Amino acid sequence: MRHTVSVTVENKFGVLARVAGLFSARGYNIASLAVSETLDPSISYMTIVVDAKDEAILEQIKKQLNKLVDVITVTDFTKKEHLDRELVLVKVRCGAKVKAKLEALLKKHIGALVQCKDDTAIIEAVGGQQEIKALLEALQPFSITELIRTGRIALA
Amino acid sequence: MTGAEILIECLKREGVEVIFGYPGGQVLPLFDKLYNAPFTFILPRHEQAAAHAADGYARATGKPGVCIATSGPGATNLVTGIATAYMDSIPMIAITGQVKSFLIGNDAFQEADITGITRPVTKHNYLIKDVNDIARTVREAFYIATTGRPGPVLIDLPADVQMQEAPFVWPESVEMRSYKPTYAGHPGQIKKAARLISRASRPIIYAGGGVIGSSACLELRELAEKIQAPVTMTLMGLGAFPSTHPLSLGMLGMHGTAYANHAIMESDLILAVGARFDDRVTGKLDAFAPKAQIIHIDIDPSSISKNVRVHIPIVGDCRTVLRDLIPEIKKKPDTGAWLGTIAEWKKKFPLRYETSGGLKPQYVIEQICKITNNEAILTTEVGQHQMWAAQWGKYIFPRSFISSGGLGTMGFGFPAAMGAKMGRPEKTVFDIAGDGSIQMNIQEIATCVCNKINVKVAILNNGYLGMVRQWQELFYKRRYSHTTLFNPDFVKLAEAYGAVGIRVSKKEDVAPAIERAIATDNVVFLDFQVEPEENVFPMVPAGEALNQMRGLA
Repeated sequence: MRHTVSVTVENKFGVLARVAGLFSARGYNIASLAVSETLDPSISYMTIVVDAKDEAILEQIKKQLNKLVDVITVTDFTKKEHLDRELVLVKVRCGAKVKAKLEALLKKHIGALVQCKDDTAIIEAVGGQQEIKALLEALQPFSITELIRTGRIALA
Repeated sequence: MTGAEILIECLKREGVEVIFGYPGGQVLPLFDKLYNAPFTFILPRHEQAAAHAADGYARATGKPGVCIATSGPGATNLVTGIATAYMDSIPMIAITGQVKSFLIGNDAFQEADITGITRPVTKHNYLIKDVNDIARTVREAFYIATTGRPGPVLIDLPADVQMQEAPFVWPESVEMRSYKPTYAGHPGQIKKAARLISRASRPIIYAGGGVIGSSACLELRELAEKIQAPVTMTLMGLGAFPSTHPLSLGMLGMHGTAYANHAIMESDLILAVGARFDDRVTGKLDAFAPKAQIIHIDIDPSSISKNVRVHIPIVGDCRTVLRDLIPEIKKKPDTGAWLGTIAEWKKKFPLRYETSGGLKPQYVIEQICKITNNEAILTTEVGQHQMWAAQWGKYIFPRSFISSGGLGTMGFGFPAAMGAKMGRPEKTVFDIAGDGSIQMNIQEIATCVCNKINVKVAILNNGYLGMVRQWQELFYKRRYSHTTLFNPDFVKLAEAYGAVGIRVSKKEDVAPAIERAIATDNVVFLDFQVEPEENVFPMVPAGEALNQMRGLA
């Protein structure tokens, strides 16, 4: 099962390696990871989506993160009301006929056509996991050539 | 002051007395200042030994050990020693030189990314790029190494930073928003634990290295005597509770005593104190102590419910928590019948060995403890001799048994003995070694001889890598694949280094040889020619339940 965990850390070099190293050393899987500075430039905010088989592993991940000296707080969003968002960019093949269909589809789904040239279009979408999933499913009939996601960010 | 001078001033203020270190290109500015610094400086013959010696010093004294090496190979040679200290939660400061800061990342001569390499085996590490950060970093490093669950901290200091000038500013205190270990246990949890203890009929205390690390041995004894519960110890916990005490069950686990293993399996309450339910202790996890409720006191929250699900976790310092817990126990449990059952197990399954045949390694250990009146410090390497030392040695005082428990590092015992002797010069220090392990850091005999660090090394020489051979005998049809050793003449070797060598092959010569070794004002290698295929028993085969012991009479 996937869980969203946020971590505030000291904004020092090497901190990302410490967090990533913890996951690899203990055999945990990172599904996505987003890192940025916060209002306080001495603190960075990481949103980590982890794959954890069971509650005990999730518990261990949180405890091990907390144990890192540079980690200030660890928040588990699993059972907490929160908002999460992700940005995706989707590139699809797109002739003139297809473009009209795409535009129709995007009226029903999140996302906007942000670039369209040389028979390819790039769609940008920002949303929660459900909306993004729905968009990607709707796009299945089109030929998707590339798909890039930022990974989730979350706030409670 | 220069960066090097600032570092030395910091070490002085942290109370450092002994440093184990090896010079090299990128620590030359630091070594120039060490030339007339007020430390006892020990130059080992290999950086790995510097790390193990600092570790042994820390284990013997409770103070953080300090080691220094140059960049690149000097730093990487420390790694096994750092990992050893990390696995056993030993406070240690490792200082490494680094190439000049503007060369970092250029694959410069003797460059290694030592903060990257040691990230998983240190509690924390630092690369200092600004001379103004040295004092604060050293202060933090000592604070981190010695508080919470202790561990090694590495400081990587580029050569140019050692030479830069800055004013010395000593931070009076350390305040880190991201690091605040919990010392006091939760009062509600302590009350719950006390009630559970009162209701128990078959309680057992399972004590680990955390009891020694937090100096909670007196409290542990008070608790055990108050509730009349037997005490079993992990390898790291030996010395936390006197092995001669009637409530002591000795060590538990893979090579633990049968009565300790039976007792924990049959208990209805386990009070785990500063121990971490290592796989060598629990055996098959699903079958571990099926009838027991578990109270777990540990300063590291991540140790709790990691391997075994715990009913009452108490995060905190062992000593602080025990001090709060003892008065909360209002009604003492009735353990009379339980202690009776244990007495029967002790009678039925005593630790034993066959006395016929050649010289027995167990006998050698018994004699060392007897002759030193259980007052020596014993260090060990890793293997059969280590387990015999754990089983047959008597440890009355904390910090009298020093062994690499978690990492299981061969080559640890001799340099650790060297460090222990530097920390406790008034003590007789024996390294219990095997003929395999001793050769992994045997070069330190030079360090010991020229610094008059008169440790005694008892080699239980069976001509094999004995523990591996034992597993090959029991589980691999006696196919002794690469476990037979061709050894040097340890007596001549000792003599070549200026030490004393004594060979012993007969039982009646054991005691006189030990007495002579202790009386000799020099480093002594005792080469005990022991029974080659003696096994360590009892033994729980890996992955089996703790009560499935082999080698019982």
